[in-house]
Amino acid sequence: MEDVAQLLAGRDPFAVANVSTETQRTAEQFLYRQAELLDEKQWDNWFALFADDGFYWMPAEEDQTEGDGQPNIFWESHDLMLMRVARNEHPRAHSQAPHNRLCHVVSNVIVESEEANGDLVVRSRFHCAEYLRYEVRNFTGKYRHYLRKTGDGYQIAVQRVDLVNREGPYEYVLQWWL
Amino acid sequence: MSWTTEQLAGLVEPDRAHRKAYTDPEIFDLEMERIFERTWIYVGHESQVKNPGDYYLAQIGRQPVVMVRDQQGQVHVLYNRCPHRGAQLCSARSGNAGNHFYCSYHAWTFHLDGKLESMPAKQGYDGTNLDFDNPEFSVSRPARTDNYRGFWFASLSDDGVDLKTHLGESAAAFDQLIDRAPGKETEIVGSCFRMVQQSNWKIFLENQLDSSHPGVTHESTGKAAQHLEKTIREDGRDVPMELAFLSDLARLGHDGWTKFGTVGYRNGHSSLEGYMGLRPDAPDTTEYVRRMYEAYGEKKAEEILGINIHHMLVYPCMSIQPPLQQLRTIRPLGADRTMTEIWHFRLKDAPEAIYRRSLTYYYLVNSPSTMVNADDLFNWWKCQHGLESSASEWVSFHRNAGQDEDHDGITRSAPDSMSEMPLRHMMHAWRDYMTSGEGV
Repeated sequence: MEDVAQLLAGRDPFAVANVSTETQRTAEQFLYRQAELLDEKQWDNWFALFADDGFYWMPAEEDQTEGDGQPNIFWESHDLMLMRVARNEHPRAHSQAPHNRLCHVVSNVIVESEEANGDLVVRSRFHCAEYLRYEVRNFTGKYRHYLRKTGDGYQIAVQRVDLVNREGPYEYVLQWWL
Repeated sequence: MSWTTEQLAGLVEPDRAHRKAYTDPEIFDLEMERIFERTWIYVGHESQVKNPGDYYLAQIGRQPVVMVRDQQGQVHVLYNRCPHRGAQLCSARSGNAGNHFYCSYHAWTFHLDGKLESMPAKQGYDGTNLDFDNPEFSVSRPARTDNYRGFWFASLSDDGVDLKTHLGESAAAFDQLIDRAPGKETEIVGSCFRMVQQSNWKIFLENQLDSSHPGVTHESTGKAAQHLEKTIREDGRDVPMELAFLSDLARLGHDGWTKFGTVGYRNGHSSLEGYMGLRPDAPDTTEYVRRMYEAYGEKKAEEILGINIHHMLVYPCMSIQPPLQQLRTIRPLGADRTMTEIWHFRLKDAPEAIYRRSLTYYYLVNSPSTMVNADDLFNWWKCQHGLESSASEWVSFHRNAGQDEDHDGITRSAPDSMSEMPLRHMMHAWRDYMTSGEGV
């Protein structure tokens, strides 16, 4: 199986592509929309943002370039994402009672590359507050998306999430994606 | 209050334990003094410090320590404290110290075995009591350090049995972590995950061998995994073996869980016998078994693979799952807070698929995004809060009480039960450590 993490490897992490205002706007809207669907738990629409072979990836190490076969905080295919929703929405998902609430802010959106075939590599920053068991916790970090051009838009081939405090310790379990 | 020996002994009865054992900060301090800062505590595996100068931080009870490899290749465990003014010598969790430790406060330097090397403006110490040969001016060492086949431990007490005697039957877990490798070596992979449990350290240990909880606590995860297996089958795809790790949680049911016995050993150690079908007729497994035969010969290889441990608790600080190469060590932070460090290993010369099995288990069960331990952590947090209540003073361990089978220092759970024997066993050992400083 191809490791989609490789789509982000070997690139200049500070590159800035010279893209049209329209492309910049499309990329921003895509990320805002993804955050909104996650916050609002609109799972079917959220899954539709990912390509069938797409992965949600939170590496354990900063310098990690591979996802497949490596220790990760998240490395989730469609199958595992579906399972996570089924689990978290199950009436006996004890730690999800009461359910959490998430609120994302996504910013600093830079299109890093526009490929010949129309695919985009986009990096951004996020802040996310999670309300669980009557307490708020805060998460922040960096997103890097490889967006594959489709007929009518884009789909995520891989979303890399680098949490600023990735080494932990974790005072909680990350039960939903950030 | 300060606890007398009689009062401490009274906290444990044959089939129940007093809630104060889990909630009282003074008892926590006594546990640190009489258990964690006395008996053998796990520090780390030698593969965490592969090269000269490599160091890794650990915690023994309340004492910060550093495991380091010196220029000659010898591993040392030292207190992470400069003998001058007390600053920690290493602040990053791991790294390479080079040729010596260098204190960031006044530039005292130490050889990697802890011996004082030098400091700037040395003449200031002329005519004083500072003596380079006096250990007081070198980095302190725990009273005893030793390793069992590359797994390093320290004891802060001069008294007590040696490491091998302390480990007793539980050493089989370390043997399994190594012997299951066709290359006869095992290696830590990457760094560990660190999770803080908002609960007492004993609640974690008790949960590990509690076979009546998985079907209840993890019902949602087991069912979600079963559902996914069905979907994958309907798609005409192969179901990945790792999903069975999770779907088993729902599939086994209470009847299923009664099939797995538990065993208690001296010094508080205990084990849960094997239950996972880790030897299916998959090509990867066949190839693994072939390599094991080649390395050990058929008889010895079958002996190694036939050892029936799913889970071993090395009292008071470790939970090891040898068939899946998982190792968790606990670092208690307070009566209601416990840090766990979770590691996994790669078996030398085993097929990549065998490593992938460990990695998947590490991810699904033990990572910060775990779909399994999320509900455990929540239950333990609820227990900790519940035990603050004086509605009842006792925690019940009555399941199959009175039916434990004792033979020559080994205790077996009643057959076909989900006996709470390991919980009773550990609390009895706890009482002995707390009242005499030694386990039984």
